[in-house]
Amino acid sequence: MVETAKRAKMEISDEVAIDITQMNKWYGTFHVLRDINMRVQRGERIVICGPSGSGKSTLIRCINRLEEHQQGKIMVDGTELTSDLKNIDKVRSEVGMVFQHFNLFPHLTILENLTLAPIWVRKTPKKEAEEVAMHFLGKVKIPEQAHKFPGQLSGGQQQRVAIARSLCMKPRIMLFDEPTSALDPEMIKEVLDTMIQLAEEGMTMICVTHEMGFAQAVANRVIFMDQGQIVEQNEPKEFFNNPKSERTKLFLSQILGH
Amino acid sequence: MTSQSYVRTEMVAAQKPPGVQTGIVLWMREKLFSSWLNAALTLVAVYAVYSILATVGPWFYRSVWTGSSLTECRATLAATYGEGVSGACFAVIRERWQQILFGFYPRELYWRPTLTLVLMLVALWPVLFSSAPRGVLWFSAAFPAVAFWLLWGGTVWLPVMILLGFAVGYLAYRLISPLNGLLGAIAAILAPIFWWLFLCGPAAELVQSVISIELRQLKSADFGGFLLSTVIGISGIVFSLPIGVLLALGRQSDLLIVRTVCVAFIEGFRGVPLITLLFVASLLLNYFLPPGTEFDVILRVIIMVTLFSAAYMAEVIRGGLAALPRGQYEAADALGLDYWKAQRLIIMPQALKITIPGIVGQFIGLFKDTTLVSFISLQDPLQLVSSIRANTQWNGVYWEPFLFVGFLFFIFCFSMSRYSMYLENKLKTDHR
Ligand SMILES: Nc1ncnc2c1ncn2[C@@H]1O[C@H](COP(=O)(O)OP(=O)(O)O)[C@@H](O)[C@H]1O
Ligand SMILES: [Mg+2]
Repeated sequence: MVETAKRAKMEISDEVAIDITQMNKWYGTFHVLRDINMRVQRGERIVICGPSGSGKSTLIRCINRLEEHQQGKIMVDGTELTSDLKNIDKVRSEVGMVFQHFNLFPHLTILENLTLAPIWVRKTPKKEAEEVAMHFLGKVKIPEQAHKFPGQLSGGQQQRVAIARSLCMKPRIMLFDEPTSALDPEMIKEVLDTMIQLAEEGMTMICVTHEMGFAQAVANRVIFMDQGQIVEQNEPKEFFNNPKSERTKLFLSQILGH
Repeated sequence: MTSQSYVRTEMVAAQKPPGVQTGIVLWMREKLFSSWLNAALTLVAVYAVYSILATVGPWFYRSVWTGSSLTECRATLAATYGEGVSGACFAVIRERWQQILFGFYPRELYWRPTLTLVLMLVALWPVLFSSAPRGVLWFSAAFPAVAFWLLWGGTVWLPVMILLGFAVGYLAYRLISPLNGLLGAIAAILAPIFWWLFLCGPAAELVQSVISIELRQLKSADFGGFLLSTVIGISGIVFSLPIGVLLALGRQSDLLIVRTVCVAFIEGFRGVPLITLLFVASLLLNYFLPPGTEFDVILRVIIMVTLFSAAYMAEVIRGGLAALPRGQYEAADALGLDYWKAQRLIIMPQALKITIPGIVGQFIGLFKDTTLVSFISLQDPLQLVSSIRANTQWNGVYWEPFLFVGFLFFIFCFSMSRYSMYLENKLKTDHR
């Protein structure tokens, strides 16, 4: 997939993008995230994997405060996430998110989906927002769909629109929550290609995904979660060839086996 | 052994389906007589339609349009068709249609409600059809005040000052919100209320004494007929939708006090018959108001009808909100839209679209419920029909005026229903 030359270009700076320390979260009495410590440098591409229900979604949703944590500290680009709405807005405008089910706005055209947040949140003039939107639609290779509605697009196209929609806000960090799990097999590649392209451009990315090919190609670190905890993390080669914990071995044998 | 391998050598072109029959006979066989039971039902239905038409048709056909009393009508009928033949006496409508439309509104001032109606159509134009020039929306926003002035008369400065209340609210918001956002919002609500309660009236009088522009003042007792129904119905429709939206949102709010107030309001108004509320409006409200305040009875009824309908509206809209996937809220949040922007741009457009049939159903119900005001001795169309029938000239006339009133209501409700279908079609973007 990606040659080493390209990979070398995906530089990681010393600057800290996300810093999570001793974070705990409960749903009611259910301790869903336990003692999470995680530091992400700018330019890192991190893949999070783990069995269903292990808290992967909850973890990345805490990073843009779609979920609230109860203990510990989350810093995003130097802003701490507290109940202060100003901070939350600031973080959300820096962090883009792509969902499993795309969550496009079905009553708006593709172009309107893309320009909505720039116009209403960033106060970009409409014309400029549309130019930016067309630029990113071109990047995800569907500029000709600009005036259709989401319902008229295939799943893969919708997910690429969703990625473009996030990019229109010029985020410094992108979160992906199983972006390909709702897609038919023949559409997975087109979405992954878009994500690889993004990684090559130096975007800081955190991806929850089970696409191990993607992890090996672009990730500089793989994090394995189980029962709300980070069980193991390593660079991809080591992680896949030489897993340390029994849980990781079991998980890998389940998804890579057969 | 036969070979399993097969390769098609020639592609088959599309052909006409076999044995397709068209024509009236086939249509009848399929739609009317497809089985013995269906055939029997068809015959019964045809007979029922025939017997209704056979009675009503001639009655309509033999209608009499001139005459000043029922006796005259009957005489004309007897002279034309012979003794004892029944026929419609539409002369009563010809003579009294203005009364059914306008109640006791002074005849020489009929131009005022008529002009209001025309202006209302202009005001509705940009609201109902997106192809209309957007600038007209400003007129639509000012229209309630214009209509109030045209219908009730009095000084022009009162509605102007009432409209100014919104400017006062905006000003208060601009002045105070830089200091504190929440305080600004509160000021934006309280300042106009203060203005309307205490300053609006005197200010209007003051300006009126300098520049006098006024129309002849009318009392609510002068209102009646279809004019009354329309004034109450349309005001109720226009105001209950936004209040309903706010109540629905309030009911879903995380703020305990807001939620409790909204739930209490909705359940309170839904738990009481409209008639009770109307009695409260006409009788009880006077006790609560400071003595000497002249609070127009139609205004009171409009407020009650609006609140009553808003409570139902809130529940209809809540259904629409509940039907939206959580992902829509999350996507809006993740893009950094704040609560109100997310509601306005993402959530409400979709929730309202889903609930168009429910909302319009509520509008239609509200409009027809306006006839209940006859119980608090306002002159709604049915009440007027009763008094026309009580008149010695028209004593005994029955179907004709009721048909006329029914026809007017039907036109109104049917247009709303058709418009809602048009809107649903226009907004259909899911392409499922
Ligand atoms: N809103 C919620 N309320 C209560 N429990 C939840 C909620 N969301 C998720 N959970 C539970 O938290 C656990 C972790 O969920 P999630 O983060 O979605 O896991 P993953 O994405 O790894 O599959 C699961 O056991 C799930 O049932
Ligand atoms: Mg998940």
